[in-house]
Amino acid sequence: MANLKAAIAGIGESRVGRVPDRSALQLQTDAAQAALADAGLKMSDIDGLLTTPVRVEHWNMPCGVVAHHLGVRAKYLSTVDIAGASGCGMIHQAAMAIAAGQCSTVLCVAGQNLLTHSTRASAVKKMAEGGSAQPQFEVPYGPLVPSLYALVAQRHMHEYGTTPEQMAEVAVTLRQHASMNPNAHKREPITVADVLNSKKIASPLHILDCAIVSDGACAAIVTSAERARDLKQKPVHLLGQGYGCRHSHIGDTELTTTGAVDAGVAAFNSAGLKPSDMDFAQIYDCFTITVIVELEDLGFCKKGEGGAFVQGGRIGIGGELPVTTHGGLLSGGHPGLGGGFFHVIEAVRQLRGDAGARQVKDAKVALVHGNGGVISIHCTLILGGAAA
Amino acid sequence: MTAEALAKVAVDRPLPVPDAATGPYWEAARAKRLVMPRCGDCGRYHFYPRTVCPQCSSANLKWTEVSGAGTVYSYTVIHRAPSPAFAAAVPYVVAAVKLAEGPHLMSNIVGIAPDDVRIGMPLKVVFQKFSEEITLPMFEPAEKP
Repeated sequence: MANLKAAIAGIGESRVGRVPDRSALQLQTDAAQAALADAGLKMSDIDGLLTTPVRVEHWNMPCGVVAHHLGVRAKYLSTVDIAGASGCGMIHQAAMAIAAGQCSTVLCVAGQNLLTHSTRASAVKKMAEGGSAQPQFEVPYGPLVPSLYALVAQRHMHEYGTTPEQMAEVAVTLRQHASMNPNAHKREPITVADVLNSKKIASPLHILDCAIVSDGACAAIVTSAERARDLKQKPVHLLGQGYGCRHSHIGDTELTTTGAVDAGVAAFNSAGLKPSDMDFAQIYDCFTITVIVELEDLGFCKKGEGGAFVQGGRIGIGGELPVTTHGGLLSGGHPGLGGGFFHVIEAVRQLRGDAGARQVKDAKVALVHGNGGVISIHCTLILGGAAA
Repeated sequence: MTAEALAKVAVDRPLPVPDAATGPYWEAARAKRLVMPRCGDCGRYHFYPRTVCPQCSSANLKWTEVSGAGTVYSYTVIHRAPSPAFAAAVPYVVAAVKLAEGPHLMSNIVGIAPDDVRIGMPLKVVFQKFSEEITLPMFEPAEKP
């Protein structure tokens, strides 16, 4: 696969957490403005636009709605919907559009007011009946989204001896990371005991094993590596990418190995790199078990060893492989499809050396992984501070 | 919780709406038979029902009655209902069931205390009527404890 010679030239975030004074479009506008300012560009410099669908309202054609709202006259625009992998997908698809000569500077933006738009109960009901579970053959049995991942966790425990304490360790570490991120939604430190004593949702998962629900949006500006060199920020280069999808719903499939295997292999091959080359990894973390399964599937450890891998500070800042350093969906913020995009934004911040108290020392190369559905669809990016 | 108790919990339980590809499955369930689509060309089962075989793309599919025997592939005890329809049922068990013939499907496990369910436990299908049209296949332990 050819290197697309694209770079991320600017990043931005809206306020994240409870932001009752902003609609989805306003949050996306805040993020877009911040990314433009970061890149030293104006809205009139943007000639491509990518976004994702939102859940809080129906947008007939999300990319058109957002482009019109922002006043972007795009030569290329599209709505990317690979669920939680959309953030990674937008970066790659922007790079392809630029490499193809369709446009030169793409604004990728996603996010919404998922928390304050509706009650938590109605959000849970909507998610349970909104496609994660198969409508005819799963929904009638009363699964909720966490229960779909609980099936994965229970099977992983059975096959490999993974423990609830190991899963809790993921939540504790990511909360530590969020505590160092001024824009994170949940910042108070928690302990393994806090996780294990938190409300039972669907065994073996507790509420602190589950992603939070937030308001927020983030944005990135992608351009050619050549153009990025002349812009304000140190460019972060797209070195490789891959996709994978081995199932749609979870009830009819194998539970402990996912399409992340295929996405990871393709991404590493296209970058000419391997897992041990990564200085940190921004792993999608909708549930604690997700991180364990994906670390295995992406090749950071062997299948079945993910539980032990996340223990002992190995995935913390200063550890062997810092994971999801902004706090992720578990603590940083999770406004729906935009949630996994924050993983990309944080990777850029780290690779520029701009991550403040949570800066990973000498961070040069990173993996970012998004997944959607029920660990169904995957997109992996390899990003680097230097061009390949 | 018994299947009967789980059946009573809700008037607004989301029930399946059969379509052309799935009608025979629900028709069979109404007659207390579990059927799976099986490919007439490659011989493999698949689930959920499709109009072509996902393994070989053949449209030569045949509904085939299966034994109703299976094992618990994975399970979860649900403590937080996804909607008010299930609130009275908690805690209840949602499981991935591995049928003796191979396919996996999601179901409830009934006739056993939720905390006693184990992966690998042998199961047999039972049928619970929810409406004139819809009977849901559920599973209970093959051997009564």
